[in-house]
Amino acid sequence: MNRFAALLDRLGYEPRRNAKLRLLVDYFRHTPDPDRGYALAAMTGALMFKEAKPGLIRGLVEERTDPELFRMSYHYVGDLAETVALIWPAPGHESVAPPSPLRGGVGVGVGKQERGADNAVASGPASTSQSSPLPGRTTPTSNSSPQEGGEIGPGHNNPPPHVPTLSEVIETLATTGKSDLPARIAAWMDALDETGRWALIKLVTRELRVGVSARLAKTAVAQLGGMEPDEVELIWHGLEAPYEDLFAWVEGRGERPESGNPAPFRPPMLSHPLEDEDFAKLEASDFLAEWKWDGIRLQAAAGHGSDERPVRRIYSRTGEDVSRAFPDLVEALDFEGAIDGELLIVREGRVQSFNVLQQRLNRKAVTPKLIAEFPAHLRVYDILFEGEEDLRPLPFAERRKRLEALVTRLDDPRIDLSPMVPFASWEDLAAARADPASLGAGPDADAIEGCMIKRASSPYLPGRPKGYWYKWKRDPYLVDAVMMYGQRGHGKRSSFYSDYTFGVWRDGPDGEELVPVGKAYHGFTDEELLKLDRYVRNHTVKRFGPVREVEYGKDRGLVLEVAFEGLQRSTRHKSGVAMRFPRISRIRWDKPAAEADRIETLEKILERGEKEIHPLKDREANEA
Amino acid sequence: MALRSTDILTQTPQGLYCPLGDFHIDPVRPVKRALITHGHSDHARAGHSSVMATRETLRIMGVRYGEDFAGSTQEALLRETVRIGDVSVRFSPAGHVLGSAQIAIEAGGTRIVVSGDYKRAEDPTCLPYEVVPCDVFITEATFGLPVFRHPDTRQEVKKLLDSVELFPDRAHIVGAYALGKAQRVMALLREEGYDKPIHLHGAMERLTELYKSEGIPLGDTPKVVAAERSKLAGAIVICPPSSIQDLWSRRFPDPVTCFASGWMRVRARARQKGVELPLVISDHSDWDDLCRTILETGAGEVWVTHGQEDALVHWCTTHGIRARPLHMLGYGDEGEAEETAAASAEAGDAA
Repeated sequence: MNRFAALLDRLGYEPRRNAKLRLLVDYFRHTPDPDRGYALAAMTGALMFKEAKPGLIRGLVEERTDPELFRMSYHYVGDLAETVALIWPAPGHESVAPPSPLRGGVGVGVGKQERGADNAVASGPASTSQSSPLPGRTTPTSNSSPQEGGEIGPGHNNPPPHVPTLSEVIETLATTGKSDLPARIAAWMDALDETGRWALIKLVTRELRVGVSARLAKTAVAQLGGMEPDEVELIWHGLEAPYEDLFAWVEGRGERPESGNPAPFRPPMLSHPLEDEDFAKLEASDFLAEWKWDGIRLQAAAGHGSDERPVRRIYSRTGEDVSRAFPDLVEALDFEGAIDGELLIVREGRVQSFNVLQQRLNRKAVTPKLIAEFPAHLRVYDILFEGEEDLRPLPFAERRKRLEALVTRLDDPRIDLSPMVPFASWEDLAAARADPASLGAGPDADAIEGCMIKRASSPYLPGRPKGYWYKWKRDPYLVDAVMMYGQRGHGKRSSFYSDYTFGVWRDGPDGEELVPVGKAYHGFTDEELLKLDRYVRNHTVKRFGPVREVEYGKDRGLVLEVAFEGLQRSTRHKSGVAMRFPRISRIRWDKPAAEADRIETLEKILERGEKEIHPLKDREANEA
Repeated sequence: MALRSTDILTQTPQGLYCPLGDFHIDPVRPVKRALITHGHSDHARAGHSSVMATRETLRIMGVRYGEDFAGSTQEALLRETVRIGDVSVRFSPAGHVLGSAQIAIEAGGTRIVVSGDYKRAEDPTCLPYEVVPCDVFITEATFGLPVFRHPDTRQEVKKLLDSVELFPDRAHIVGAYALGKAQRVMALLREEGYDKPIHLHGAMERLTELYKSEGIPLGDTPKVVAAERSKLAGAIVICPPSSIQDLWSRRFPDPVTCFASGWMRVRARARQKGVELPLVISDHSDWDDLCRTILETGAGEVWVTHGQEDALVHWCTTHGIRARPLHMLGYGDEGEAEETAAASAEAGDAA
């Protein structure tokens, strides 16, 4: 458990992907089975035990600490898991224990005798200090540091508590009933140190959050054996924790594990952004085009198990099994094979905006009401397998025919084809991209974020191969905003003010004022970063920790041209809007702050995206 | 009848004052006569008419403020009782930094101990804390919350060494206060067998030399030459905390930002400073040691000077010890005043 805790601790502070990867590889290399496999399971979300609620943890700590001290500590630290991990009174740390009932509370009826008892307790842990010159006083005798001494409290003549391994914790959790759970956790907490307890709480509450995606963890495993992450991905869904067969394979000690999954994930094919100079090199007649939908990329796979029962799975682009979130869509997968498409919300035959889709995502409970209000829809554009037949080597144009046939056969309103966009020249396509509504997309145009351009002869290849698929996104929205705050970046940029909060004008109680509408930390060159950093340092008016407020107003301030992909309403932001993918597209050193945009510019964009069909209740109201 | 404690020691705008001996302890403004517990700049300031402190503290003040930092100086011998006015005064080791001492003042059968800043954990660079039994114990509470339990320093140093091994192509920039913490980190690294040069920011140089001249072995500690920074892949560099995020640290190869401080126990604090490798190494007592020390002094009354006073006062009260916060101004959180000193030292050293 200690190695795992140290890993999580370090990962939590490490912003760089490559450094995270190095930490993970190092951990997998030096940690024996089955611990490393369980760690992998924890980081890929593959653990199956029932999580402990934060309330349970809180209850445990409240039984053991003075409520007032706990309150002050929690207030100071701000995070429950961390407060509990730090304050937990392991044997030898009684100084946070609640006052004994004998003492009768605060300063009342204190007897000399009790003081003496406390004294013996508290002076017991070993000390480095010289002994007191007063005779008759308890003096420390050991030379070890107090930290070590703290492990075994005085009056605890028991051996030090057994520090559990990660495997023990996970295997025990899988078999422990609800009523035994608190005692188990408490015993582990007693045995672990601060970092260990913090990691344990994160593990048992299933709130790891150390910035490691499942994909990154699998990449680290692949790197152990110098493999590509997709090789691990291919067999991943047939494997189970603690993955001893997987580690044996990547380390060259065992056979490639068989994927026992009849509906496995296959790494998707990705596209490159289309650059202006590409047009000269690409022949329009070699390519086919589709709309690029503003949804979520999904892969739907279906097959049958050895018992002939159908197995249907839905995977995210990174191979995460998200079937549980979309039971309505799983039901529609009445085929065998694997298809590739976009998750959208479709109401009355019309694709809804990404804002609407987001309300369907990341919900813990998928209720019938949620499904009815936000019906999931799969708009497909490729087919990888049909039955046992691997279609990926076929040219795209042929796969498309197979896909069209499959969709016709399925005849399910929840699954339809992403239509082709006919074009003869790049100019034609540019026109379509500029106005999808008039070129066949009709009312769905607002959910289109450009075009996908695919070479008709392209096989389906995992990853991002060059020369086959291109995305040609619609132009971003632009707004001129005024820089308001600069914040230090992370990692390599930690000594630069590289994250900028910017605002636009609106009418305030005292006339026009700037209201922050977003924050951006890329889009500029390294050279521009140096200039922006210098600007922040030279125009600081206030400091808040890592954040500096800069000068801004009608007659001073720096205008930033901000590009972004979309807007949504937000209750978390003062301005009521939140931007998608904002970045600095130009620094307008020349433009006076007073000429920056007003909030109404954003409001207009918002209204465009909000032509949504309202679900059930609102619709009934409209009809009435 | 014994004197009341407040007759022996009172609070003035300058700091704690002993009317019977007509002296201040760690005054924050210039006074006639100052007794100084240790050399950190929030406790030891220049401009007093006369200063009494341990030999090491006087040397530190000389290095920081120039030899004329006070009208006159008097060396305090450890564990020797001296008469000042109507009180007797005795300095004993506090275990905080080189030369740090607690000051016991006794009059009319009442003994008050002003502990200054202190710690109980092992430190190869200074004498260990000695418990001085007393009636009134005046303590700091920098880490006066039960969430602060400092881990074994060896584990923390090992964390640093493991990281150096794992990232041999990156420089590890360790922020540490120029007086005490920096030298302790060096000494701990040496104890763990690290024998390569430890590179120092210019602001660390003179105090580190002073430590060495006091017989503390710190090994080879070259000053970082500005032009050589890009060549220090795999090196450990120690600098003032203000420099870890500064222009100065940019030129090192892909630096790993480390910070040695008790505050690193709390993740939000480490993140706020942009630290990637927090090292929980403190020169102050943690919660357990604050509580333990109060009990060991046998004091019936505790005054808390600065830090997280409320929790410690609460704890004393629930343990039947009278306690009150002094809410003293001018004493920083660990090293905050040190920061300023380091920054100004740096300014003269901007290369």
